[in-house]
Amino acid sequence: MKPPVHGLLAAFADEASFRIAIRKLRETGCTRIDAYTPYPLETGILPQATTPVGWIMFCAGVLGASGGFFLQWFATHDYPLNVGGRPLNSWPAFIPITFELTVLTAALVGVLTLFFLAGLPRLHHPVLTDPRFKRASQDRFFICVLADDPLCPGESMRRVMADAHAESIAEVPA
Amino acid sequence: MNTPLEPRRAGPDEALIAPGQTMESVTRTISDIPLQHPYPRFWWTGFLLAFALVMLLVTAIAWLFTRGIGIWGINVPVAWGFAIVNFVWWIGIGHAGTFISAILLLLHQTWRTSINRFTEAMTLFAVACAGLFPLLHLGRPQFFYWLLPYPDSMGLWPQFRSPLEWDVFAVSTYATVSLVFWYVGLLPDLATMRDRAATRFKARLYGLFSLGWRGDARHWVHYQKLYLLLAGLAAPLVISVHTIVGLDFAVAILPGWHSTIFPPYFVAGAIFSGFSMVLTLIIPLRAVYKLQGLITARHLDLMAKVMMATGWIVIYGYVEEFFNAWRSGNIYDRFMDVNRAVGPYAAYFWTLMACNVIAPQFLWSSRLRRNVGVLFVVALLVNVGMWVERFVIVVTSLHRDFLPSSWGMYHATFWDYSTLAGTIGLFFALLFLFLRFLPAISMTEMRRFVASKEAGP
Repeated sequence: MKPPVHGLLAAFADEASFRIAIRKLRETGCTRIDAYTPYPLETGILPQATTPVGWIMFCAGVLGASGGFFLQWFATHDYPLNVGGRPLNSWPAFIPITFELTVLTAALVGVLTLFFLAGLPRLHHPVLTDPRFKRASQDRFFICVLADDPLCPGESMRRVMADAHAESIAEVPA
Repeated sequence: MNTPLEPRRAGPDEALIAPGQTMESVTRTISDIPLQHPYPRFWWTGFLLAFALVMLLVTAIAWLFTRGIGIWGINVPVAWGFAIVNFVWWIGIGHAGTFISAILLLLHQTWRTSINRFTEAMTLFAVACAGLFPLLHLGRPQFFYWLLPYPDSMGLWPQFRSPLEWDVFAVSTYATVSLVFWYVGLLPDLATMRDRAATRFKARLYGLFSLGWRGDARHWVHYQKLYLLLAGLAAPLVISVHTIVGLDFAVAILPGWHSTIFPPYFVAGAIFSGFSMVLTLIIPLRAVYKLQGLITARHLDLMAKVMMATGWIVIYGYVEEFFNAWRSGNIYDRFMDVNRAVGPYAAYFWTLMACNVIAPQFLWSSRLRRNVGVLFVVALLVNVGMWVERFVIVVTSLHRDFLPSSWGMYHATFWDYSTLAGTIGLFFALLFLFLRFLPAISMTEMRRFVASKEAGP
């Protein structure tokens, strides 16, 4: 019996042929494509490549700001210090700490969001077993057509990628 | 119209990267420093010297914890001595890292690419050194957690209206966010290190810290958004941190401290000293590790210009201080300024003027600015000058305030100097470890930079 296959992994030596291959694959209607690049490209290369990071960080920031302000408001009312009749809710003095906690919360939640969305930490992944893949983090662009899409038969995809001057095409085991 | 035969600007000096660099070559050049450990003699000499100073720091701290802060030269009226001088100096040095990595990113200054990783590391280590001082200065450092808001059995809370309490939040947030920003930047590079490591052990170790990053195009989308937003958060953060440090002084009523110029003047001074530290470190390092192809003469030139620009803001601060003292007619302010210039600490004041006001002016000449030796000496002098500036601000203001009966002098002790020297050792020891184990330049960003160059002018 053939071992289960994760997908068809193709390497490209330059960004231009990688882009052509991605476009052609998308024209075939195939959506189960993964791509790996040695540096970030602009968004929209792949389908479903949108990110909620911005909104999540914004909400975290709002939460940090209100939490930070409330902390100080509560503390000054919990143990009131009357200094010359000045108001307990001396809000201008609370702004610096409110700001710092806004930044802190947004930043920490932001990085946790990245880990969550990208499924990190993940110590193993099928593509990492391919020796060619070592260059994905250096100077090669990779496309992986996943095996679990019934609409993307491996052989025709192989031809599309070969036409786009893929350097090498091979299946990776799951 | 330019034809390929007519280069617009002549000379490799103008380039931000040497000609002929490819994705493969930048990755190899940068990752070989930690992986191959070239120039071991330089590394071991430097690291061991720094480590000896770390031992001195440990001794100084152990003695401090045993005997209390009486081993330092502080006393009434100068109760803020070296500890606060060093704190402000170190935290200022840290600011250049965030400035380069966050503010220059948001301003689309591509020249930051080959220096941001190193300066971010510098930020972290400088903040680590800075953070030590307020804790050591507490007197009873074991109770440092009293500074944090937690529901304690006495029903007490920290004084949220005090800039010193703001400092607790500002510095700890700054340290945390700088660490997160640095690590997020490192993540794809750790994956590269994993893939280039020669031994299984190294590959496992780098693999563990890379968390399984594999450059997935969908992950990059989240990553880029996060990186941009972190830069957007870090930019106002860095301004807020030194503003709050400035307010530590400005909120007091002491002549020489009680001034609205302090927050902006402190921020400019921080970036000024930070850039001078970056230059002091990068000039020898690029020579030793032969990185002139990645950190070019143009980088040094641009950094020198930022140093001059912020230096002039600092000079404006000095002038404004004197002008304000004269114009306000306040006898205490006037006395303070006269006392700075001709009083018992006049030598410090004139050192400060020579280092911070005179020395950078040599950089107006582009010939001198491009002379690496001159630039290095100027940067070194500015480092000294910025330390002396904080000494002048802290000590000369405190030692003679309103009542002549309460005047006094400040004499730093052996332990003051050892703690300062010890943190310098700690800073360098951490930097050497960073150079030994992590890529000092962002390979990911350099690859993108090279690719954008190849794609066309």
